[in-house]
Amino acid sequence: MRVSLLEFNINGIYCPQADTYIDAWRPVDRVIISHGHADHSKYGHKKYLTHHFNVPIVKHRLGKVNIEGKSWGERFTINGVHFSLHPAGHVIGSSQVKIEYKGEVWVYSGDYKRENDGISTPFELVKCHTFITECTFGIPAFSWKNQNEVMEEINQFWNECKLLNQTAIVFAYSLGKAQRLIANLNLDIGKIYTHAAVENLNEVIRTYKNLPETYKITRETKKEELLGNLVIAPPSTHGSSWLKKMVPYVTSSASGWMTFRGARRRRAIDRGFVLSDHVDWKDLVKTIRETEAENIVCTHGYKEIFSKYLNEIGYNAFIENTPFEENELLVEND
Amino acid sequence: MIDFASLIEQTDKTTKTNQKVKALDDFFKHASDKDKVWAIALFSSRRPKRAIKTSSLRGFAAELANIPLWLFEESYHIVGDLAETIALIVPETHHKNLSLKLTLSDIIEEIIDLKNLSEQDQKKYLFDRWSSLNYYSRFVFNKLITGGFRIGVSQRLMTKSLANVTGIDKDIIAYQIMGDWKPSEISFKDLILSPKKESLIYKPYPFYLAHAIDVKLENLGDCSHWIYENKWDGIRAQLIKRSNEVMLWSRGGELISSQFPEIIEMGNMIENGTVIDGEILPFNNGNIGSFNDLQKRLGRKNVTKKTVNNNPTILKAYDLLEHNHSDIRIKSYANRREALNKLVLDVNHPNLDISDFHEIKNWEDVVTAHSLARSKNSEGLMIKNKNAVYKVGRKKGDWWKWKVDPLTIDAVLTYAMRGHGRRANLFTDYTFGLWRIKNDEKKELVTFAKAYSGLTDKEFKKVDAFIKKNTLERFGPVRSVQPQLVFEIAFEGIAPSSRHKSGFAVRFPRILRWRIDKSINEANSINDLENLLHV
Repeated sequence: MRVSLLEFNINGIYCPQADTYIDAWRPVDRVIISHGHADHSKYGHKKYLTHHFNVPIVKHRLGKVNIEGKSWGERFTINGVHFSLHPAGHVIGSSQVKIEYKGEVWVYSGDYKRENDGISTPFELVKCHTFITECTFGIPAFSWKNQNEVMEEINQFWNECKLLNQTAIVFAYSLGKAQRLIANLNLDIGKIYTHAAVENLNEVIRTYKNLPETYKITRETKKEELLGNLVIAPPSTHGSSWLKKMVPYVTSSASGWMTFRGARRRRAIDRGFVLSDHVDWKDLVKTIRETEAENIVCTHGYKEIFSKYLNEIGYNAFIENTPFEENELLVEND
Repeated sequence: MIDFASLIEQTDKTTKTNQKVKALDDFFKHASDKDKVWAIALFSSRRPKRAIKTSSLRGFAAELANIPLWLFEESYHIVGDLAETIALIVPETHHKNLSLKLTLSDIIEEIIDLKNLSEQDQKKYLFDRWSSLNYYSRFVFNKLITGGFRIGVSQRLMTKSLANVTGIDKDIIAYQIMGDWKPSEISFKDLILSPKKESLIYKPYPFYLAHAIDVKLENLGDCSHWIYENKWDGIRAQLIKRSNEVMLWSRGGELISSQFPEIIEMGNMIENGTVIDGEILPFNNGNIGSFNDLQKRLGRKNVTKKTVNNNPTILKAYDLLEHNHSDIRIKSYANRREALNKLVLDVNHPNLDISDFHEIKNWEDVVTAHSLARSKNSEGLMIKNKNAVYKVGRKKGDWWKWKVDPLTIDAVLTYAMRGHGRRANLFTDYTFGLWRIKNDEKKELVTFAKAYSGLTDKEFKKVDAFIKKNTLERFGPVRSVQPQLVFEIAFEGIAPSSRHKSGFAVRFPRILRWRIDKSINEANSINDLENLLHV
């Protein structure tokens, strides 16, 4: 039988013994935040606990909050329950949360990926009895190439645009994907310009992490100076008047959803690059095996299909609902 | 193969027509003649016959990927395209593109030969190819096997590119690739560069298609330069008589002679060197029937006398394209029509009728005729310029169609299925129900139509989110949905049908709008639908 260290209730993921929530979606007294994406770090909690690298991000997003930073592996105990944060490799400052009580160990993965992206602290495997995993890309159709290959594709795209004297636009989520691109693209090709939403986060992150120079697009930026350079903008700017001012440009998107030919065509984007901050199918299955967990709780994504598969191959797999997956394809923060 | 796969990749990478044509140009400049012919065939919907059951394909792919079949199927529902799913799921191997040297025609020949292999050998062949091709080649390879080769390149773009590369006019190319030719038997020279005279006798002309009217009638200029006629809902077709042979070609490029023997019989009465453009219509006891009647004639290999007697048809002639062995498409419509008139009178056959032809004295007459169209069982009006030549494809300016306003009804969303192609992974294909009072006075929702177009992408996303949260049951790709959302459904026509649960078949159903203001109890009933029969 499962010893319920964590329960999914209307407020969030709850640890009754410690009276503490993780990634709560309604205001609560005390919450541990896995990472800075808006659906995981909500406004209105009385006390926030998160990794040091995520503290400035949460403050930037939510303003003045009562927040405390923790180091990787630093153990903190609440009413006998030991908590610690371990790198999830999803975005900078993203953690898995380890919960230990009377020898029983649970790990909440948050969002995660296995590949070292060169900017987030690489994923650390934590063995446990029960593993709560995301499964955003939990069907075998998803399989990522290694990052160098994808960055090379984007560099090539950038070069092609430069040759035609066009502006290369890449739509990428402002926290995570944007910095991953900035840290890995070949800056010998040209300069990287950013939308203000991206640049504001860059500035926050630069206070504790080296990031190559980027240029914020302002009212004064002339479209001529963008030609041959690369612009990183949030997906919501697609089709906006802000973007239209940059003609001639070619649009692209860097996301795991770009695996599907249909997804790119639906968005009327010229180029799609398959680059995700989540685990693909094989890494998902591998991680579950390596945690040596017997019980797997599937949230966020193709959870019905994935848990059915896990049950078939001998795990106790369950489904729990979170509001994270409601928009499945609407959220672009992969 | 690699050059063809890379063509598909290039055209896939851009949404811009120019770049697609440029990629096609590159391909046609460098490909062997044999590969060119196959590419033309594929882009004009002439694919090799499916040589292997898709159920076998799915099974093999799941086996190679080492996953249970149900997981493959679930993934397929989500990806929305079988060729793409297989290409994504079978594992990448390190000895990529071993099949590099094989040409497109080599691969197609292998695929055609597949049907002669045992299931075991088919599997061995597929495993071998899947493991030795890169992603795009694998995807294209699968597309060749599964058919439905609709990927980013339209026939129009291909025609344009062939014109660029060969210097031949694109309308002539469009004509050359019409009709019945076999890619395995014809050379590029015979098909495009210098077709043999005798092969031309089998070719229909490219159809001229009207644009929906998007200007005010008054802005068309002097009304005496125009005529109007009723627009009929049947099968647009060309009747050809050349060298004592009679052929009937549908607009989709299919030879449909055998389905309509009575029209072919009539065609025997016509002089050689004649091509009539018209509409095949159901015609019973002097009345034009509904498209539903025509459906009973379609898709049958052998049409018996009984079928012909029960569901007789006529050809309603619209235009004359070839007369006395010469192509008269460049003559004015008024001229062509005059010749057509005389021809129909001369032939004087019950299965050949001529379309009505109305001079326009003032534009109000056209408005009046439009309002009467539905009562005549016509689907609207065609407005044509008397001086117009017969063009190629859908062109603005001289031919306009003005359809009758659709019938509409409010229905409840009951089932949803994931879409395909660009809508893969979103629930965009819907089934709608109307109320029926049961014997016990309780009411139930009865399926009346399926529709998958008419909402904006934004609305689709909202409905998709609703469906994911309000699923009652899942049946493979289909989900039954909590009845809660009401949509106004538009359709062109309605006819009684014993094959439909509701008792009625509707033509071209689509979603007009989401009735957020209505609850399911305010949706219409089957009785309301029936009343539309008499509108």
